[in-house]
Amino acid sequence: MSEAKKTPFYEKHLALDGKIVDYSGWLLPVQYTKGLVGEVYDTRRTASLFDVSHMGEVSVAGKDALDFLQKLVVNDISRLKDNAIMYSPVCYPDGGVVDDILIYRLGAENYLLVVNAANTDKDFAWFQDNLSGDVILKNLSPEYAQLALQGPNSEKILQQLTGEPLAEMKNYHFKADLEVAGVNCIVSRTGYTGEDGFEIYCLNEGASKLWDAVWEAGKKQGLSPAGLGARDVLRLEASMPLYGHELGKELTPLMAGLDRFVALEKAAPFNGQEALKKQKKEGLSKKLYGLEMLERGVPREGYPVRAGDEEIGWISSGSFSPTLDKFIAMAFLDPEAVAKYGEVQVAIRNRTYRARFTKMPFYRRKK
Amino acid sequence: MDYKTIDGLKYTKKHEWVRLEGNAAVIGLCDYAQDKLGEIVFVELPDVGAEVLAGKSAAVIESVKAVADLYSPLSGTVTEINEELLDQPELINSDPYGEAWVYKMEISDESEMANLMDKAEYEKFIVEEEEK
Repeated sequence: MSEAKKTPFYEKHLALDGKIVDYSGWLLPVQYTKGLVGEVYDTRRTASLFDVSHMGEVSVAGKDALDFLQKLVVNDISRLKDNAIMYSPVCYPDGGVVDDILIYRLGAENYLLVVNAANTDKDFAWFQDNLSGDVILKNLSPEYAQLALQGPNSEKILQQLTGEPLAEMKNYHFKADLEVAGVNCIVSRTGYTGEDGFEIYCLNEGASKLWDAVWEAGKKQGLSPAGLGARDVLRLEASMPLYGHELGKELTPLMAGLDRFVALEKAAPFNGQEALKKQKKEGLSKKLYGLEMLERGVPREGYPVRAGDEEIGWISSGSFSPTLDKFIAMAFLDPEAVAKYGEVQVAIRNRTYRARFTKMPFYRRKK
Repeated sequence: MDYKTIDGLKYTKKHEWVRLEGNAAVIGLCDYAQDKLGEIVFVELPDVGAEVLAGKSAAVIESVKAVADLYSPLSGTVTEINEELLDQPELINSDPYGEAWVYKMEISDESEMANLMDKAEYEKFIVEEEEK
């Protein structure tokens, strides 16, 4: 293993007493002094600032960029317009998932892909393996810093730093070449928390200045820093999948319930198309469901789920939800068993705890 | 040092505390441990009457992010458990040495007490832990 990397915001985390952990090769704060639960509340009620510089960025440019991407991703980006963003799983031919990514369309022949930190090198190698035509791929990850500003007050905070009318920026849209506090940024209305918010990309050189400016602008808006712990709980409450939990080599996007991001009938053939069509037709042996504990107990990844006398699946992500004041989980379960039983049990150490099915997302913000 | 300790209690290297009351003992989790764990959301207690062994898991304490065992500081029999913790596990965060005692036990081997630290020894131990 190579030594864990520091993001350009590392010193900021230390100054704020962030508790630093090694997260897939990156030194990042798991929480700050307020603690995970307080950080989750802040994101839901005011605003939080997250360092997400570990995320990978890959540029795809050239005359055949669209064709290349259409083959690579399972969503249909032919309808994607300039300054718009699409979410898509990337699959292997067998339907297993390489990664789930965001695709930013900068222009007809120019795209930016945002990939998961732990997958960046694997993804880049996979993209290169699939390369065809006139396409130039660049791994920009080492050069870019990224902040996520999330929560209802995000717009008020960021608006102080840019002349761009942010109220006009819709969800899953972005602006490139935007000056934020004098730093050249890409700003998108996206996030991984279930709240309104922005993700802001800049070159490493501008990172410190950007952080300080956002921090200053947030002072009167209840902005606080939030760590990876809060980020994971927030995304679970919003039922957003996380690679390695709800998605992976042995899991398909259909199993994870991401059907609306899988363009099975896309005109352009893509990796995984046949396998996914077949799976759709034949039915799924496991599918993702939402669970809510009926007895106090923390459902965690890997715990078996039982119904009747059968083991019917496993927890993929679970936690105490501060927002809902409940214990919630996502679980891969046998759909036939789910139809048969109204209630399940989660095996935690030496005993089982009752749980019931519940709709996802667990949490949805009021508009 | 920021971590609270209490006079008259005994301590373990796994950050449990012991209040000796003759042949009986009250067991709980130290301030240091609750701080490291963060917000505690779940506690699994031993059964009354259960035999516990020194150094073996007797209870489970869970925060949002982590699962931690509470290792029994001494061997013996559980005589009482703090059922308040089942509904209010966060008491361990707010009052680890008081309201949030975890269980009471009858000691079967008094010689094991020699393995426990007093307040001064324990404070020295946490300073060393922090420097690691």
